[in-house]
Amino acid sequence: MRKRLNEFLRPMVESLVAVVIGLVSGAFLMLAFGYDPIRAYAAMFVGAFGSPAGILESLAFAMPLMVTAVTFAIGVRASLFNIGAEGQMYLGAIGATIVGGAMVLPPSVHIIAATLFAMCFGALWALPAALLKMWRGVHEVVSTIMLNWIAFWLVTFLVRTYFGEPGRAERAVPALATARYPIIGASLTAMIFVVVAFCVAVTILLWRTGIGFELRLVGDNPEAAKYAGASSNRAILVAFLVGGLSAGLAGATQVLGRPPSWTLYATLGNVMNLGFDGIGVALIGRNHPVGGIFAAIFYGGLMHGGRFMEYNVGVASELVDAINGIIVIALAVPQIAEIVRRRRRES
Amino acid sequence: MKLTRRLQWYLIGIALTLAVLYVISLAGFGIPGLIETGLLAMTPLALAAVGECLNEQAGTTNVGMEGIFLITAILSVYWAEIFESGTIGLLFGAMTGAVIGLLFGLVCVYGRANQVIAGMGLNIFALGFGPYLLMSIWAFPGIHVFRHELMVQPLRFVVAGGYFGISIVTIVAIAAAVLAYLLLKRTLLGIRIRAAGENPIAVDVAGVSVGRIRILMCIVGGALAGLGGAFMPLAWFGGVVKEMSAGRGFIALAAVVFAGLNPMLALVASFIFGFAEGVAFTVVVSPGVKEIVPFYFVQMVPYAITLLILTAAIGGKRFPRALGKPYVRE
Repeated sequence: MRKRLNEFLRPMVESLVAVVIGLVSGAFLMLAFGYDPIRAYAAMFVGAFGSPAGILESLAFAMPLMVTAVTFAIGVRASLFNIGAEGQMYLGAIGATIVGGAMVLPPSVHIIAATLFAMCFGALWALPAALLKMWRGVHEVVSTIMLNWIAFWLVTFLVRTYFGEPGRAERAVPALATARYPIIGASLTAMIFVVVAFCVAVTILLWRTGIGFELRLVGDNPEAAKYAGASSNRAILVAFLVGGLSAGLAGATQVLGRPPSWTLYATLGNVMNLGFDGIGVALIGRNHPVGGIFAAIFYGGLMHGGRFMEYNVGVASELVDAINGIIVIALAVPQIAEIVRRRRRES
Repeated sequence: MKLTRRLQWYLIGIALTLAVLYVISLAGFGIPGLIETGLLAMTPLALAAVGECLNEQAGTTNVGMEGIFLITAILSVYWAEIFESGTIGLLFGAMTGAVIGLLFGLVCVYGRANQVIAGMGLNIFALGFGPYLLMSIWAFPGIHVFRHELMVQPLRFVVAGGYFGISIVTIVAIAAAVLAYLLLKRTLLGIRIRAAGENPIAVDVAGVSVGRIRILMCIVGGALAGLGGAFMPLAWFGGVVKEMSAGRGFIALAAVVFAGLNPMLALVASFIFGFAEGVAFTVVVSPGVKEIVPFYFVQMVPYAITLLILTAAIGGKRFPRALGKPYVRE
């Protein structure tokens, strides 16, 4: 019992240490440019979690991150480094726009169709990277990044030429009323339930099904997997496709589930970088879809609170991304975990 | 058998290049101008790719080249404005890259970090740190254009009635590739570098520190990438934008994979990728084409070509056995 508790607690402590390292480094970066880190962080955390509206807004920010984190996490479980959530998410967003904004369907069908279509679009964009990996051994880091950039230009093109809102060149047609998820409060919509359900479904897939077992076996120990007759190609395909569905859903959240705009901007400004942020979120959540939910809420808080930091203290909110990067680097170092463990044994 | 097969590929490559050049000249573009743009686009790729070759030969993978590009591009302009000189900006850019490389090396060697995750962390850091720097230094979001006098001017030659410009940094990049090749193949240090990636225990037994060699190579790799990052604003674009490297750090990684860690081949690959980019951008602005092909699609060309070349070329490459694995003495 004690051992199980430790196994449960240790990853959390490690993540916490990395987060603290990230925040402290962020404070130093602020000091370097003459900002007051204490005031900045105070503004950030009060803004993010200090009021019910703030919490709802932070959850709205967390929603897409929960699923882009799944994209990365399921890749890691199959020992893949899928950083293509970004591009797959762009495709998901345009998929949601095509069905949700440019098509007229009966009310309840519309919302489901738009969500599913967006997810399939995401999976479609994950497919080339999976096939290249399976057939030609092309490393997924390079292929997914290239696909991200191709997706960026493709989606910008689609928004500007075919799906632009008439009279408003800066954005795509907004989702129709029948394709919008109901608002819970602030910018949070009921889509968060879909997102959480998806995370739970992936957890079940990974830990309660044969396919999930095979995927994790290939990830943990490819040699053993080969002798056990597990197909590494199937694991790669499943990891990429589920990751793509997940990223597509993330794109849909910004169109179908995010007031007030309910649309995709032509600069992709409202989806940009959510895929990369998901990498950090997945790592903080220890590559577990449910862990990712909590990590996403934390990170969503940073993103929402970052705006208060910018408004009240003048610190550019992009600093939040820099902090995320430092957290990722800290989490890459197993030694930090070692140090934590040693301390605990001594005390 | 193997040689003839390789020769085949080279011949196909040369034939394709000539065909492309022919088509381009038919369409009425000047070849020297195209090569000029190709060389400009090649330079940052080649610098980062050569650095990464050295890095990986010693056993550390740095996927954070993109991050180094982004950070040094902005900081080099900052230094250039302080010292009122583009050349000093370039040098400081390289130094900034070296410092980042050193930190990365320390994290990988002494922290025994997962290198791919640490490198990706560097990229994410730069994604936020870049815009943060732009805001903090110049208080303007996303873009900064500096005085034109700070640009490092290219060397100009008279070629066939026209001028042909080549940047000093381009020459440095080519020299770096040759020197790196000679270093790896012809010197004792080169043997140690390759051994650190292939069989670190042997290096350790011979009384040479594996960690030091790896960190040294991380510094060199970082410095070269830093020079590449500084080159983009100071000798090419004339300004900085927050996503200025636009995936070039990863295209450089692709060049390294394509080259199988051979610096000379990495240079060739960088030229192919750079030339493709140059052609794409020359074509996009030409009348008659820009009306038909939306520029969005031309923008995709460098990435699509990188994917295609990687797909066609992989296989038969050998990478150092201890690549990506931290060395722990037993």
